[in-house]
Amino acid sequence: MAITEAPKIVTARLDHGDSHTLERYLATGGYSGLRKALTMTPEAVAAEVDAASLLGRGGAGFPAGRKWSMLRKNPLTYLVINGDESEPATFKDHMLIEGDPHQILEGVLISAFALQVTQAFIYIRGEFALGLERMQQAVNDAYAHGAVGTNIFDSGFSVDVVVHPGAGAYICGEETALLESLEGKRGFPRIKPPYFPAAIGLYGEPTVVNNVETMANIPWIVNNGGAAFAALGAGRSTGTRLFALAGHVRKPGNYELEMVKTTFRDLIYSPLLGGGIRGTNTLKAFIPGGVSAPWFGPDQVELPLGQDEVGDAGSMLGSGSIVVMDSGTCMVRAAWRITKFFSRESCGQCTPCREGSGWLERIMYRIENGDGREEDLDLLMDLCDNISPGVAWPPQQTTICVLGPSIPSSIASGIRMFRDEFLVHVKEGGCPFD
Amino acid sequence: MSHLKTEIRKRAEELVTLYPERRSALIPLCHLAQEQDGWLRPEAISEIGELCGVTAAEVKGTATFYDMLHTEPVGRYVVAVCTNIACLLGGALELLVHAESTLGVRAGGTTPDGVFTLHEAECLADCDKTVCVQVNHRYVGAQSPETFDALLDDLRAGRLDEAVPPHGTLVRVRRSVGLQVDGAVVAAERAKEAEAKTARAAATSGAGENKA
Repeated sequence: MAITEAPKIVTARLDHGDSHTLERYLATGGYSGLRKALTMTPEAVAAEVDAASLLGRGGAGFPAGRKWSMLRKNPLTYLVINGDESEPATFKDHMLIEGDPHQILEGVLISAFALQVTQAFIYIRGEFALGLERMQQAVNDAYAHGAVGTNIFDSGFSVDVVVHPGAGAYICGEETALLESLEGKRGFPRIKPPYFPAAIGLYGEPTVVNNVETMANIPWIVNNGGAAFAALGAGRSTGTRLFALAGHVRKPGNYELEMVKTTFRDLIYSPLLGGGIRGTNTLKAFIPGGVSAPWFGPDQVELPLGQDEVGDAGSMLGSGSIVVMDSGTCMVRAAWRITKFFSRESCGQCTPCREGSGWLERIMYRIENGDGREEDLDLLMDLCDNISPGVAWPPQQTTICVLGPSIPSSIASGIRMFRDEFLVHVKEGGCPFD
Repeated sequence: MSHLKTEIRKRAEELVTLYPERRSALIPLCHLAQEQDGWLRPEAISEIGELCGVTAAEVKGTATFYDMLHTEPVGRYVVAVCTNIACLLGGALELLVHAESTLGVRAGGTTPDGVFTLHEAECLADCDKTVCVQVNHRYVGAQSPETFDALLDDLRAGRLDEAVPPHGTLVRVRRSVGLQVDGAVVAAERAKEAEAKTARAAATSGAGENKA
């Protein structure tokens, strides 16, 4: 296992200080993928994406090509891009939106052509004020360049792209909540079924929702062919992927790596990547795919960065965010803060999530602050079981969306891996790390 | 009498035309109203309702769901300190305690002079630069108790005015193009579509009754 020579697909341009401008984009091959796509049939473009086996980069990892094929029969459709990146410690989409908005936009335009959709929306998290400006500027410039609007590049195809701001709500990253938000409502996830907006989406019409990193891969796939993309990685995890590395490493940051070929050890310790644990401490645990994912310990660093590989080991690659916690970390405090996040961001529709997250947060708080009881550990697990029966992975669900079953991950991981640390908090009446 | 000033009102009307259904402009219009007033005044809420074709209660009900929309006044600078997991590991709780004592308010509070509102934020997605702080939704770089007071001084002295626009100003880049055709034409077409949709819905429900 090592860092491979795989090409940079989505980060190639980011070393340039002006990577967000149309000039730089055009000077580095920008919009050639769109021009090529427009000479092909929509079906042929979709076939390339299908051949790439591109898994959605938002968190669920659903194949983009299959999402698209659900839509092709229906005439009235919208394309909605999810740029509401809010999963804690995930900061890859933020980088792409600010750093290379044209690449995302070109992916959107190619996708719109493949799906024969004439209206696309790019929903961007409200807190990304600069990202919203960069994306709007990109759309403005692309209009002037003839890549968006009526009869783009004289192809006869017309498409409009609207950049839409969110307003601060984690739940709007859930695709049906995002659609509600885009309709001007509270971000309440919709009841399933239907499971996919391809059936009933924006304004009740067939809609496809894709993540911005997914879109950023599309121009390369069209230029180089789906087969070239699928040749990278292994198994179901094809291509490269952005991994957002945060926490106690020397060099946190976003790293684009070939899927499966690199391990968590490479990512955390390689001098070219994370550079190892900060200071003199050692690795205590890491979260492999966003705070909804169960934690891993030092004995799992050899696992490759692949969707199925991580899934089979009992967690998920999720949003592609890896949080490294060193030996000086209080695991009770870490799990408490994650639980507090879910409690604040629960939309409030479903009782297990709305009430359960608050109860869990308060119990975790009292343990961390020295007021915990030994039986609290069982109480925590009992509550987790009420939210997600069995507290297993993949989790069972008692709620409309997956926010609920994501809540137990950190607490269950903390108690499973660091039970003694919880008990020390209780017995000593306080946090031993203070 | 419009509460929104002429220029803001004009932009609001343009935004409404971008969407197949005008309610979709609700959140963008809330941002616009905050650009004018810094928060959502009741008069603005009513006007947004008129523009989007919903009641003021629905606008307020939606706005209160979102962290960035304020139904009460906030300070000129909303200072958001992230304390979520990556920043927690980088000393965010220590920074928040420091910020609270420096500003003399708890998280969520506004200083008596109305200059600063302190907000304990969830992850702001800039996790390789901890502790992550945003002022009026603009990143101001990794902060620590050692750098934080200088940041406040810079803000007070107006040295960051270029980088940090007044609270409420979310996006300074305007859409350079409207819809591809005249707004009035779009409105007329949409009205026709809506009529046809209503007629279709009536026909469908009629058919349903027949079957029953």
